[in-house]
This record gives sequence, C-alpha cells and structure tokens, in this order.
Amino acid sequence: MSNIILSLTDVEVAFDALKAVNGVTIAVPKGERRAIIGPNGAGKTTLFNAITGVIQPTSGQIVFDGHTITRLPPHKRARLGISRTFQITNLFPTLTVGDNMILAVRGLSPRKFSLFGSPDADAGEARRIAAALEASRMHERANIPVKELSYGEQRQLEIALALVTEPRLLLLDEPAAGLSPAERSIVAEIIRSLGRELTVILIEHDMDLALGLVDFVTCLHEGQVLVEEPPSEIRNDQRVQEVYLGKPRHA
Amino acid sequence: MSNITASPAIGAPRSLSTGAIITALAVITVAALLPLMLSTYHLGLATEVLIFGLLAMSIDILAGFAGRTSLGHGAIFGVSTYVVVYAVMTAGLSPLVACLLGVLAATALGAVFGLLAVRTSGVYFLLLTLALGMIVWGICLRWTQVTGGENGLRGAIRPALLSDYRAFYWMVLAVTAVLSLAIWRFVRSPFGLTLRGIRDSDSRMRSLGYDVSLHLFIGFTVSGLFAGAAGAMYALFNSFVSPSTVAVSQSVEALLMTIAGGVGTLFGAFVGSAAIIALENIASSYTERWQTVLGVTFILIMIFAPEGIVGTIRALVARLKH
Ligand SMILES: Nc1ncnc2c1ncn2[C@@H]1O[C@H](COP(=O)(O)OP(=O)(O)OP(=O)(O)O)[C@@H](O)[C@H]1O
Ligand SMILES: [Mg+2]
Repeated sequence: MSNIILSLTDVEVAFDALKAVNGVTIAVPKGERRAIIGPNGAGKTTLFNAITGVIQPTSGQIVFDGHTITRLPPHKRARLGISRTFQITNLFPTLTVGDNMILAVRGLSPRKFSLFGSPDADAGEARRIAAALEASRMHERANIPVKELSYGEQRQLEIALALVTEPRLLLLDEPAAGLSPAERSIVAEIIRSLGRELTVILIEHDMDLALGLVDFVTCLHEGQVLVEEPPSEIRNDQRVQEVYLGKPRHA
Repeated sequence: MSNITASPAIGAPRSLSTGAIITALAVITVAALLPLMLSTYHLGLATEVLIFGLLAMSIDILAGFAGRTSLGHGAIFGVSTYVVVYAVMTAGLSPLVACLLGVLAATALGAVFGLLAVRTSGVYFLLLTLALGMIVWGICLRWTQVTGGENGLRGAIRPALLSDYRAFYWMVLAVTAVLSLAIWRFVRSPFGLTLRGIRDSDSRMRSLGYDVSLHLFIGFTVSGLFAGAAGAMYALFNSFVSPSTVAVSQSVEALLMTIAGGVGTLFGAFVGSAAIIALENIASSYTERWQTVLGVTFILIMIFAPEGIVGTIRALVARLKH
C-alpha cells in the first residue's frame, strides 16, 4: 500500500449510455513510468480526466497518496501534487511564455491573490521557472507570446507548465502527438530525464516511443483494462495486437 | 540576484514607459484645463464622459481581462446612484457617507452577480448578467416607497463645496484619474494575470491549482466597486435617479463604450465614452431615435473596427513600426 501512489478501484465514467471508462482498477507505484495505451476512443483521456477531476467518475474510488480524491475539484487535486498535460494543446496563447510559466508556478502559492503587487517573478519563482524551462528544453524563449511558438515548442511548453510546480504525479496525454521524428526524440529525452521522485503516466500511441520509456504498460480497450504487462511482453501480446497493433492508425 | 537581472526579465515588460507617463500627464493636464475653455453645457458633457468612461473601464476589467462580457453593469452602477440619492434625501446622511454607502452597495451587488455568474462564460454569462440587471430594474421600478417608482428620486445632493460646475468637474477628474490608475495597477497585478489566464484557458488554470470561480468572483466584485464609484459620482452630477439609470439600455450603452474604445485597452474606455456621448448629442439634435443610432453604430463598429478605436490605432501604430 505505502508503495502505491495512485490507485483506482472500479472506476466508471459514463456519458449517458456510453461507458467511456468501465470499471478500471489500476495501481501505480511511486516513481513508476507507466504507459497507457489503447486504440482511439478506448477511454484513455477520459481516465486522465477522472484522475485530475475534470470529470467526476460515475462510480468507483480514486486514492492519491493516501487521500481519497474521487470527488475533489481539479484545483484541489493539483494542490496535492497531481499535474497534467493536455492531448489538445491547452496553453495561454495570448500571454508570453514567461507569463504562462508565472501562472503555472503561482498556481499553488498565495501570491496569486496579490491585488496590487508586482506581477514579475521573484527570485525563487524565477529559479523554478528557469529549471522547468531547462528541463523541457524551452529556455531562451521566455518573452515570446505563446501563439508565435511552433507547434513543437508549444508541446514542450505543455510539459514545462506541468513540471514547474514540482508535482508528485505527472500525467502526459500524448505529448508527442503530431510532432516530427526529431521533435519526438526531444520529448522522449525530456521524459527520460525526469527524476524518479516523480511518478509519470504516459498516454502514447507511438509504441516505439512509449515502450522505450516505461516500466509497465496498461492497455485499455472500450473503457476496460485489457492487459497489464511490462513493455517487453506487450509487443507480442495477442490481445493487444488484435485491438491495437493490428490496426495501424497513424500515417 | 545578479544572475536574475542578467537574464531578461520573465514575462512582458510591465512598468510604464516614459512615453506612456508623459502621454498620461499630458492628457490629464489638458483635461484639467477644459473648464477654462468649455461652456457649462459642454463641461457637463465632459463630466459625463469621465463618469461613464470609468463605468466602461470597470466593464473592461471583466470583458478585456477575464473574457467575460457583462450586460449587468448598468444595474450595478445605477444601484449606487439610487443609494446615494436616497441616503442624502431620505436618510439625511452627508454626501460623502452616502457615496461610500453607494459604492458599498454596488460592490455587494457585484459580489452577488459574481456569485451567480462565475460558473458561466460566453453568451451564458452575457445572458445571466442581463437577466440579473433586469431584476434590479424591476425592483427599482416596483419598490415605489423607497425608489419612487417611475418618478424616481430627486434632490440637490451636491455638497456646497462642489456646487460650482467647474469644481465638480475637477473633483470627478481627480477621482477618475486615481481610480483608473488603480484599475490599471489591478489588471497588472499577480491577481490580474490570473484573470488573463482564465480568459485564455480556464481548464488549464484549474489543472494548475486555481479555483477559477473564486478568481472570477473576486474580479466581478472589484469591477462592481469601480462601477459603483462611477454611479456615486453620477448621483452627485445628476441629482436625480430613475429606473432608466439601472435599465438594460444603460448596461448596453456602457458596454458599447467599452467596445468602441477597444476591449482590453482599459483607457480606451474614455475614448469610447467620449465618442458615444458626442454621437448621442449630435444625433439627438437631429432625431428622436437615439437607440436606433446606437444600434447602427454598434453594428458599424463590429464590422469595421472590432478592436475599437484605441485597439485599431494601436494595431496601425504597430504595423507602421515594422
Ligand atoms: N465529454 C464527453 N462527452 C461525451 N462523450 C465523450 C466525452 N469525452 C469523451 N467521450 C467519448 O468517450 C470515449 C472515450 O474517449 P477518450 O477521449 O477518453 O478516448 P481516448 O482513448 O483518449 O482516444 P484518443 O486516442 O483518440 O485520444 C469516446 O467514445 C468519446 O467519444
Ligand atoms: Mg485521448
């Protein structure tokens, strides 16, 4: 138990008749790199939404680090140390990279309520921002409005925003989707260099990328856990191939 | 310390440039000299431009920075006007105390509106604030013992010190200048930045640990405070209040000033206010149908200058610099 940082018990998320997540039970140990794979519409993003509080599960229980978070709103889960990126880029497009990072770093600090103070980062904040930008290979881009960044840079900033609060659990929703091979390897490098005090759950369709990064794989299919195995066994798993590898989806 | 200052500051430049300070001082100086040049009538219009400019600016806090367009600010403004006139005429309080009560009432009403509207955005926010404003209007119309119903409340409530129209104008100018500086400071504060974050993506803000509803609630309350300050000055200016002060048309006109000046430009509110008030005066000497003129103006702005006067000028200047 003490080793498990996140556990889901029989979690179900229903949209009317559709059970997007249908009785999922998984346990993720501290520091693990876990991939969640599965074909389109398997319920991967919905599972992230349930873990982060964007959607409340219809039933079941979610426990993070000893706290039952099943019904907590998203901002309270963030305060416990859960952080995420979005499959569809979700940044502050009209603000600069620096302001995006300032918002991210202040999410958990009382300074966000300062009504007349200076908006600039103080020394401590600047240090954390620099570290997160560095970790996501985004330094030297601080004063550019986000909408002027390339798509690849925006994907890197997605990760930087999620990292700057020094979370304990990081959920990455297809961080490399739509990137060139060169950009993909940057993202892989970013993930590989994250410290082991951080637990990482990664949704990724690119098998080569995902399997090279993780310790353990959960394959979802139609909202249910199909198999859970180490990466070495996933490739040859008959059931996984049937639902997933057998049907190539990426161009 | 040194390695922080060595790298470029993180985020956009925030302090006022010298050019901006000089412009602001020049504008305030010219504005302060207006009483020496204008007739009583035109100085009255200039006073209105300042009062409604402040109201439009309070709307811009939400529209330009939190991405929430309110159609209920006329009601917040007008409630302050009602409270001030009532407090002086019926309760016999001093104008200063009355004004403080008016601002307090508007702030409280802003908080109530905020409480109800913060979970919405887009057109739902617009409609909800519109409906709330209409409720206030209905109450002011029907609660005859207190509000005087359709006849409204009337009385000379200006303190003797400000009875001179020039003195009054200078007072309004001073208060407006201080309050707009406060608003400018507010939207550039760490809290103001959170509003802009919510405007850009409330789901990302939530995932970063922000209680988005709380931030919008605070933003709405602060906005209500400034709208209330404008409403209190309007009470002293007009010495009369009736349901039309809290009516939907008031909200629409104020929002139109914000849009005409340029949403998100803050000081554009005064340009928009001047433009609409000038237009209203010119138009009303030719036609009875001011509302129609206003509607047509609105459509023309949306088609030809959706960024407003100041927004469009800024864009032109930026293009010239390149
Ligand atoms: N807010 C919602 N309302 C209704 N249905 C939804 C909602 N979100 C997701 N769904 C449905 O739930 C199912 C699972 O969607 P989800 O986005 O979780 O899949 P996914 O595994 O992330 O797929 P992909 O690989 O395409 O990202 C889909 O059928 C989807 O249409
Ligand atoms: Mg998905």
